[in-house]
Amino acid sequence: MNIDIVQHSPALILAVPLLFAFLTPIVARISEKGRDAIFFLGLFIMAFFVSVMAYEVYTVGGWSYVFGGGTVTPNGTGSSFFRILFVADGISAMASITLTISAIGAAIYSYKFMEHDTGLNKFNTLFLLMIAGVNGMVLTGDLFNLFVWFEVASVSSAALIAFKNYEGEAVEAALKYMILSVVAGLFFLLSIGFLYGQYGVLNFQLLAENITGTNLDKIALTILVVVLALKAGAVPLHFIIPDAYSMAPGSVTAVLVVASQAGLWVLFRVVFTLYGLAVNTFTLGWIVIVLGILSMFIGVTMALVQKTVKRLMAYHAISQTGYMLLGVGVGLAVLGQPEMDIYGRLAMEGGIFHIINHAMYKGLLFMTAGVIIYETGKRKLDELGGLGHSMKWTMVFFMIGALAIAGIPPFNGFASKLMIYKSVYSFNPLLSIIAMVVSILTLASFVKVFHSIFMGPKDESVSKTTEAPKPMLLGMAILAGVVILFSLFPGLVVSTIVEPAVEALGVIV
Amino acid sequence: MNWEAILMTIPYMTVVILFMIGLFTVLFKKNLIKIIMGIAIMQNAANLFLVSLAYRRGEYAPIFTSAESTEMVMPTAHALTLTSIVIGLATTALLLSFVIMIKKHYGSINTDDVRRCKE
Amino acid sequence: MNWKMSRIVRTVTNFLIVPIIVYGIYLVLHGHLTPGGGFQGGAVIASSTALLIIAYGTLGEHEKDLSSVEALGLTLFILIALLGIGTTMFYNFLAGAGGVFGGTIPEGINPGYINTGGTVPLMNIFVGLEVTAALSLIIWMMSKETFVINSEKKEVKD
Repeated sequence: MNIDIVQHSPALILAVPLLFAFLTPIVARISEKGRDAIFFLGLFIMAFFVSVMAYEVYTVGGWSYVFGGGTVTPNGTGSSFFRILFVADGISAMASITLTISAIGAAIYSYKFMEHDTGLNKFNTLFLLMIAGVNGMVLTGDLFNLFVWFEVASVSSAALIAFKNYEGEAVEAALKYMILSVVAGLFFLLSIGFLYGQYGVLNFQLLAENITGTNLDKIALTILVVVLALKAGAVPLHFIIPDAYSMAPGSVTAVLVVASQAGLWVLFRVVFTLYGLAVNTFTLGWIVIVLGILSMFIGVTMALVQKTVKRLMAYHAISQTGYMLLGVGVGLAVLGQPEMDIYGRLAMEGGIFHIINHAMYKGLLFMTAGVIIYETGKRKLDELGGLGHSMKWTMVFFMIGALAIAGIPPFNGFASKLMIYKSVYSFNPLLSIIAMVVSILTLASFVKVFHSIFMGPKDESVSKTTEAPKPMLLGMAILAGVVILFSLFPGLVVSTIVEPAVEALGVIV
Repeated sequence: MNWEAILMTIPYMTVVILFMIGLFTVLFKKNLIKIIMGIAIMQNAANLFLVSLAYRRGEYAPIFTSAESTEMVMPTAHALTLTSIVIGLATTALLLSFVIMIKKHYGSINTDDVRRCKE
Repeated sequence: MNWKMSRIVRTVTNFLIVPIIVYGIYLVLHGHLTPGGGFQGGAVIASSTALLIIAYGTLGEHEKDLSSVEALGLTLFILIALLGIGTTMFYNFLAGAGGVFGGTIPEGINPGYINTGGTVPLMNIFVGLEVTAALSLIIWMMSKETFVINSEKKEVKD
């Protein structure tokens, strides 16, 4: 039987985590070690298929995959008119690579982090389900299939946030996250109804060819932008992010960051590919820019006054999301005009490069916060102190993450922020100056955190801590290694991974 | 008055009224069980919207077993509605489990008391 | 605490379970001909488990079995989908090929023939297994909490 692995890789990327997620309870009845072995086996097989798909996309080009059809036909022909299809192009490849690296680091970390908890069958199943949901959100080419994977990702994320349910606060945070995600999903369903009633198809490509700018389309666009901004955590819809990120277990937060960014990927696909030049992109671009500026500023100023480690880092995640929205918003505002070739493309590349950088260093920072909570059992900044004497490797990883997020050369945060500063300055100088001020405030905030946790004399209550166990250090080292790799070769990364993603957001007039 | 046109829009007006009732309940009520009931009403409104989009005048339900004639509507919207009903079941079950655990830890299900996450 | 109901209720339950399960299996098997299918039939069979929990007050030692049945149903569903990977995933490789569920479908209006449909009735059966087990587990977990809260209330009152 001759199976072309490369052609079938989008379906296999999705099928493997689902299959191993449902095999876990059956294997766990037989042996406990087998359950952990199956967990890692599933993740490594998925990583293999992701690399196969990425290699094919970067050397040959993108393709689309129809489920249940007779042959793998091109999009818009044959039976792909009414079947579900997956699209493999630059955006899917880049998002899947980000998710895979983050998930493998978090899985190795959680092998030791969760060992004191019961109910680990359900943790493995939910983790693999969340990965399958986020992968489905970025791989799909059909609007209703997007809704299905959106709900799968939000249900499994909420269940994972509430995992440590012997404290009451985790359940409260998960309840708030769940209620807002479900209401957002219902609004999403309304906008799908508007688009289906007018055009009769729900395929991204076919809808993009048929869409005109009627009033009902603009209402559907507004609902879609608001729902996806809520998933990504942009101000003024950011209220679920601080509670959820601070109450989840350490490894889960690292993957939750990537799950929130999936909302950003889908937002870019909807705004560029689905609507394109059918609406007034100058106004739409300015709306995205305003969302970005608000997120940057409010995120960093709220972060300066927090007293708990993980809540502070969650507000910084909101502020960094603002950078991504700013870069891509500038690209959207000049779409179709000659300035696009001058600085619009550079702004979009900066914004999209910032997405993968942010996932790497933010995951690293959340994992170090998890180590501190695991070893000392305390969350507040004024009860910690002087941990640098005993936790040397953790301090090194924290320093790498903090320098990268503040945008200090030569780390990868500096590379993407430089691209954003240069291109946004040509568009409007005031925006670029606000971005630089926010970067300085980020550095100030992290200097305060570093000093109060790691420096100074040892606090009485935390004097008996030791270094973190080896699996947790290995998980953090994987993400730190990727951060350093991106810092050494930023030009190579941009030309290989980021430019195909920007090309894939092609405009259909 | 064009009675036929008004009759055709009655399902859509019902959708809007139900959705607004559900949204009002989620926004302004303080009991967690009432909020979850409001979410369930909104889910029903969205499903009704999807089914009523598929109607064409004078055509029958798309079932071939002992049907009346072969003029049938396209069943795409019905498939979307079935999926949405199943998703609604899963989210309602998860929300109700969360409410049970909150009752155990906090002792009350009033949203004014469930507020420990700020520190 | 013992939450059993009286002997009459338990005996009638023993008789009522059979028609409910038969009706549920009918809905699951005829999913490709009449309205129904995996989810709807599974929900009907799960209501019989709810009846058992109310009448007997406990589910016995069967909680782990339900969890395994649920996982088994979903694993088989994905394996059947992956078996068609010669063409694409979820390809209906049993339709019109003779053998299990592989009859030919006559054109137009017909009284339904159950031996058609290919992989669709098989997937209906597996989804029905999974939905039954999952909904029964949800009802059992919520009832356990309610029984605990109610026994604490009864002890306080006495």
